[in-house]
Formats: sequence, C-alpha cells, structure tokens
Amino acid sequence: MANDTKFRNRQFKSVGTRPPRPDGLDKVTGRAKFGADTFAPGQLIGLVLRSPHAHAEIKRIDTSKAEKLNGVKAVITSKDLPDLTNGDRDLYDTLENCMARDRALYDGHAVAAVAAIDAPTARKALKLIRVTYKLLPHVTDVDEAMKPNAPLVQPRVYTRGVSPKPKSPSNVAKVSEFGHGDVEAGFKAADVVVEKSYKTEQAHQGYIEPHACLASVGPDGHGELWVTTQGHFIYRNTCASLLGMEVAKLKVTSSEIGGGFGGKTHVWMEPIALALSRKANRPVKLEMTRDEVFRSTGPTSSTSIDVKIGVKKNGKITAASAHLRYQDGAFPGIWAMLGAMTAYACYDLKNVKTVGYDVLVNRPKVAAYRAPSAPMAAFAIESTINEVAAEIGMDPVDFRIKNAAKEGTKSSYGPTYGPIGIGPTLAAVKKHPHMRAKLEKNQGRGMACGFWFNFGGETCTDLNIGVDGTVTLTVGTIDVGGARASLSLIAAEELGIPYESVKCNITDTGSLGHNDMTDGSRGTFSSGMSTIFAARNAIEELCQRAADTWEISVKDVVWDDGKATAKGKKHKKLKPLSLDELAGGSPNTGGPIAGHSQIVADGAGVSFASHICDIEVDPETSATKVVRYTVVQDAGKAIHPDYVEGQFQGGAAQGIGWALNEEYIYDENGRLQNPGFLDYRVPVCSDLPFIDTQILEIPNPNHPYGIRGVGETSIVPPLAAIGNALSDVAGVRMTHVPMSPPRIRKAIKENQA
Amino acid sequence: MAGTFVSTKINGDQTEFVCQAGETLLEVLRNRLGLTGSKEGCGTGDCGACSVTLDGRLVCSCLVLGVEAQGRKVNTIEGLADGDALHPLQSNFIKHAALQCGICTPGFLIASKALLDRNPNPTDEEIRFALAGNLCRCTGYDKIVRAVKATAKDLRKK
Repeated sequence: MANDTKFRNRQFKSVGTRPPRPDGLDKVTGRAKFGADTFAPGQLIGLVLRSPHAHAEIKRIDTSKAEKLNGVKAVITSKDLPDLTNGDRDLYDTLENCMARDRALYDGHAVAAVAAIDAPTARKALKLIRVTYKLLPHVTDVDEAMKPNAPLVQPRVYTRGVSPKPKSPSNVAKVSEFGHGDVEAGFKAADVVVEKSYKTEQAHQGYIEPHACLASVGPDGHGELWVTTQGHFIYRNTCASLLGMEVAKLKVTSSEIGGGFGGKTHVWMEPIALALSRKANRPVKLEMTRDEVFRSTGPTSSTSIDVKIGVKKNGKITAASAHLRYQDGAFPGIWAMLGAMTAYACYDLKNVKTVGYDVLVNRPKVAAYRAPSAPMAAFAIESTINEVAAEIGMDPVDFRIKNAAKEGTKSSYGPTYGPIGIGPTLAAVKKHPHMRAKLEKNQGRGMACGFWFNFGGETCTDLNIGVDGTVTLTVGTIDVGGARASLSLIAAEELGIPYESVKCNITDTGSLGHNDMTDGSRGTFSSGMSTIFAARNAIEELCQRAADTWEISVKDVVWDDGKATAKGKKHKKLKPLSLDELAGGSPNTGGPIAGHSQIVADGAGVSFASHICDIEVDPETSATKVVRYTVVQDAGKAIHPDYVEGQFQGGAAQGIGWALNEEYIYDENGRLQNPGFLDYRVPVCSDLPFIDTQILEIPNPNHPYGIRGVGETSIVPPLAAIGNALSDVAGVRMTHVPMSPPRIRKAIKENQA
Repeated sequence: MAGTFVSTKINGDQTEFVCQAGETLLEVLRNRLGLTGSKEGCGTGDCGACSVTLDGRLVCSCLVLGVEAQGRKVNTIEGLADGDALHPLQSNFIKHAALQCGICTPGFLIASKALLDRNPNPTDEEIRFALAGNLCRCTGYDKIVRAVKATAKDLRKK
C-alpha cells in the first residue's frame, strides 16, 4: 500500500476544491521575500562586466585600477573560477558561460566582476576594468551557422549523433533522429504531399523578477546562498562543483520566485557571487538588470524547420517528416532533439521521421522555456496540417480527429501511449460553443494542438505532525504558482484532515534530501506523489500508536477519515482515535510522529491540449488583436482548479506574445538591439481577451491521484492556432514567427500580386 | 559625495532619510527604508512592478528620484491594508487566484487602487487599459481583471 503509484479512483474531499493559497497574504502585502529582498550584515554589492562583442578573443584583462579604488573589496575574472570540471563537458560549458575564459562568445557574456561597499562604487570600478579584445567573425542566424564557411563558435565541438565520427569541428553540435516506418514509401502512397518551410525568432521567458542572489562564503569552506531559482538543490550541486566546495557545506535557500518558466533552471551569475564573496570574505548581493537578463540569460531557440506531410484523399496521413534546425546559443543543448521528439507526438502515424540539428551561434546559451522546443515544432506541423486538410477539402478538426494518437499508438518519438487526452481535447473543441460563435468583419478563427512529455524525477518530502494535530509539510520543489496550496490539499486528503490544518513549507538544502527542479511540469506530480507517500508513512505510525494505546495488533487498525479505527467485532467498544488525539498523546506513546518519502517519481503522464483562437486583422495596418481564446487541456486530475486554469491561461498568453510580437533583434555586429521591455514587447493587459479554459481529467494511471502535470503544454498550440486564424482571415499562410504587422502585410501583398 | 536630507510621508508615517542625488525612490524604499514590497523588474518604467503613488498619482518609483519625495506623500504596498483588515483588492486577489508567482502583485494592487479611486465603476476595457503599464508574465491577466471587477462591485455596495 505504502508506495503504490497506481491510480485508484476515489471520491475526493479536499482535492479539487479552491481554498485560498497559504502564501497569498504575504504576496498581497509586499511581505513575501523574493531574490532581491534580503540583506546580510556587512554585505557588498556585486556587479558584472559583460562583453559588448558577439565574438572576441580576450587578450588581456587589467583589473589593477579597479582593485585600487576605495571601497572595492574584490575583483574577479575567470582566473578566480579555475577549471575543476574534471572532463565533465556540460559542467565546463556552465563554467564558461558563467564567466568567459579565452573568448567572449556573445554580446552580454560575463568577463569580470566586482564587489564593493555600494552600487555607485561598484559601477565606478567596472568602468576602470580594461579588457583588450580581438574581434572574431560571428554568426547569429541558425541557417547561416550551418553553412560550411560559417565562423566556428566552439572549436571543441564535433557533431554528435552522426557516423562516422567527424574529423573536424562544426557548429552542428548534435543530430537527433526519431521515427518509425518507411517515410519514402509513405509519400509515394500519398494522393497529396504538402511541403512547407518555417522560421521562428528567439523569445525570452520574460519573468518579471530579474535573477538575484545573496552569497556568503567563508575561508573555512562553508557557505550560504539565498537565490531565486526553480531548483535550489541543483543550484547547490552545480555551484559546489564549480567552486570546489563540498555539497553539504553549501546551504542554498530558495527565495520566493518571481517567475522562471525554465529560465531559472540554470545557474548564471550565482557562481560569480560565491567567488566574489569567497575572495572578499564578505556577503555579496548580486542582482541582474533587465538588460543583463535579456542579453545573458536563457532565451529559447530561434529555429528553421522544413515539414513534409503526405495524405490520402480519405484524410489518412501516409507519411510525415520534418527537419528541425534549432540554435542553442553558444553552448550545445538538447533543444532540436526535443523539437524532433515532440513534433508529431499528437498523431498516429505509420511512417514518420524527424531529424533535429542543434546548432551553435553567437547568442546567449539557450535555456528551457515552458515545454521547451515544442511550440516551434508545433507551429510548423500544425500550420502544415491545416494546409493538408485544405488541400483535400477536409475540416481541420475532423482531419486531426481522424489522425489523432490514441491509447496503444506508437508515438513518433518511441514509446507506446497509455490513456491520453488528444482525442478528448479535440472532441471537446468540436463541441465547444466557441467553434460556432459568429465572427465579425476582419476576424478569423484557427485551432491547433500541442503536446508535452511532463517529467518526474528525484523527490524527497517530510511530513511532521504537531502536538495539536496540525501538520507541517516540508517539500523541496519550488512553488512557482500555487503548489503549496495543491500539496496541502493532497496532504489533507490523504490524512483526512482539513486543508487549514496543513502548512506547507519549501525548505532549504540543509533540511531535506535532494529534490530535482520544478521543471517539466513535475512540481505537483512529483511532490504530490511524494506527499502521498510521506502521509501514508505517517499514517502507519499513527495506526501503530493507536494499536499500542489499545494494546491490540496494528493489523486490526485502519486509518479512515482522519481517525484510527479498530476493525472487527471484538474491538467494537474501542472508540476511534482522531489525528488530534493521537498527536496530543504522542509525547507519551513514543514521541514525535512523522512521515517521510524519498522517491524517483516515475510514470509522468503525457499531456495534450487543443486551443481555439479568434483574431482580428486591421485591413489597413495589419495590426492584430486576439478577440477570443479558448484552452482545452487534459490535467489528469486538477488538484486546485484555480491554479490549473492559471497555468492554462498564462501559457496561452506567453504563446500569444511569442506568436505576434516577441523577438530578439540582433544587428550586423551581433549585438542585441532590444534588451528591454519597451522594445521586447510582452503582452500587456489591454492586448488580451479573457482566456477561457476547459479542464479535462483523463487520469494518469501511474499516479495515485491521476495527476499528469499541467504547467507547460498550454504554450505549445498558440503559435499555430494564431497562424491558422490569420490564414482564415487574411488568406495567407504565415511561415515566420512572430507574425508581426509588417510580416502579415508583406504576406498579404505577395498573395495579392 | 554628500547626500541630501529628505523629509516625506510614507504610508502616512513621517519619514526622514538621506540619499544621493542620483538615487531613485525605488532604491531608497528598498535599500534604505527596508520597504521591499515595491519590486524592480526593469528599472526603466516599462513593467510597473515598482508602482507607488506620489501625492495620490500613480508613478513608477524607479523613474522618480528619492529627493523628489521631499514634502510629498508616498503610498506603497506596505500601506494598503488597514491594520489587520486587508484592502478589498488584496482579499479579492487571493480569492480570485489573481497571482501566481506574485512578483507583479504589489504593483498591480497599487495601480488597481489608483484606478478605483478615480473610477469606481470601470468597464473591462478601462480596467485593461489602466493596468496596461503593469506586466504580468504568469496569469495572462484574466484572473487579475476579474479580481479588480469584483472589488469594484464590492466597494460600490459599501
């Protein structure tokens, strides 16, 4: 019973309700402490000097004048972060990204840092550092970077995933292939074959809270780090490795996190803060400016994608292929691989092949962005799907339903699906009143589907029962948007006590076993599962205490609705003991009562969504406005529906921004031209309509409550849903994201010509 | 460099501080006065996370100098609740799940209050345009607009 992950249908009491979140009051009163909201006695202010060049050899760094400035306590360069990576390539990439070594690889790459008594002194000190650069040729476009004569971004990178092993280095870091069947035969068998090419520009996660931390390291090798992060245990391990510290001696405390969306899964300037603190032997606070966030932290890939789909006149797809080129920034990643895996995941295909090319360019190291890599692939595939449906004169929803993956389908990336939600989301779209609502003049409607894997992973949880019967739930996964409420509901459900009796805390790395990041939509899935197991562990102890009290065998005790109850006629005189009573008696029955769980949460349930979008296009300016939007997504089980809806709405809004506005713009020198919220324009309140949501619940068979994870899939369909809506209203197929007014206008003009 | 002495009223409390000429009001609030409820999201007046009111007018405190607070009235998120009674906007933001990460929430609450103070019965569009200077990356604004609408209704009943 204890660690049984199998889904069992049950009537829920707490799960599925919408109580106020436990951190709500702190967040509406300004009391909640985020990354930049804490101070240490004697703290210094750290600042980072960044390369203004896209690609340059660092000939010399003269820090002498900065070091002599009154009030400066430490100046560091890469020499203060020696290579301790011991052949670990990924770790070396992280080290080099934190601080450039012999070469600056992108505009914004850190080259030196200072710590001083205050910000004005630190700013002065930065200006006194002299860096001698020798400019090198650069490349920022993914297609340009793949050309044979392109400037080489990383001479140490040889293409992986090809045979035989290449003899010379390349900007193509990795080639990944997925699929099954015989696509060539499939295309031959098709009545119609459609081929299209697409481009998407680079977008940033755009979390409102810039990266910030407070580091304190002493010469004794002990240290503390307060930081905004999606995974403080991972930050601890990475920082300890890079600084040559022992894991147990670096305590990392996660602040409240002001948005991450994948961008706070990687360390950026935290090792710099620790190195500055170690050198100065004082606490150092380091906050990024918005300019630094854009120039040097985790945007998503820009891409270039070719799609080919063959179909019979009866609407059955005979073959599908895609070549997906994703740029990784200046360091190898897995982004094209994920694009190639997710591209056709919504469909049941006999013959399918996708090839991903991870490509290096002189841009910041790409980080995960909410269902990383899936939105661009979905834009290309779901746009082409509509074109194919149009070619054979079939309704695009019916066409998708006919080809949708189902239980037992061998997915395009390998595994065979269990029960999944793509069919049900499509059926819900078909029935949705939005699909039949009248469109006004200059308005069009589109829909599209999306997929994300969802992750599980290492998770550790403690549950402590207080002497008054209240419960402290201690978890190690970051709460990015209401998880403490959801996990409290789960603990309450399992123990049979009110939600209000549970207090959920996110604890520091010194107080709990390792937890992986809150990424891959795993927070509520993994910590939810671990919470259930910790609660069941505590229940075993509660039952034992009751058995001891009654002097009967524990085999005769069951936990039912918050009480230990003795089974069987022979015990019928024994009055059930509530959790409160057992807790109150605990000092005399064996001391504290606690539950613990340490697991690798396997069996994350794949997630599907279908979105509907109405868009209006101004016939003169091609300015666009999303006028109605609906998200239909399978949650497995919605623990706190408010925050499930919130994830659906937030992902859709980010997708809408990416589809219509957001774009990194580099000049010919490889310098980012719009590193601020004025020119990198994320959607504001007046840009958006209300975002309607429909939660479907197709239980994940591998989770006791059926949870799948809901955070990411909602960003996958919007790009294509909007592209399809634009096609409906303007009669043009948009192939370049963002679909900004100039691009729409150009497409309309070309169509008319 | 010698600082400037500033005497001001913050959330109704007489407050004195010394700051440098180039220091923003946001830096003063956060770093000198310990009022970290106002957040820096951009430092360029584009995100609204640092919203406060100055003599009742909504401003980005990152675009106001600390010395400009001399003789004025500053209101921040820390002064929104009345003792242990939350402002209806605060309760409705919690009730309607109008926050996810919460970093933009103080700015939205200050901007929403400024709206309702001058327009007790705003249309959806008026709410959306009044809050267009505040960025939220988590919610898609849906539940924020609903919370503000609900508050306007509650306040009109009083």
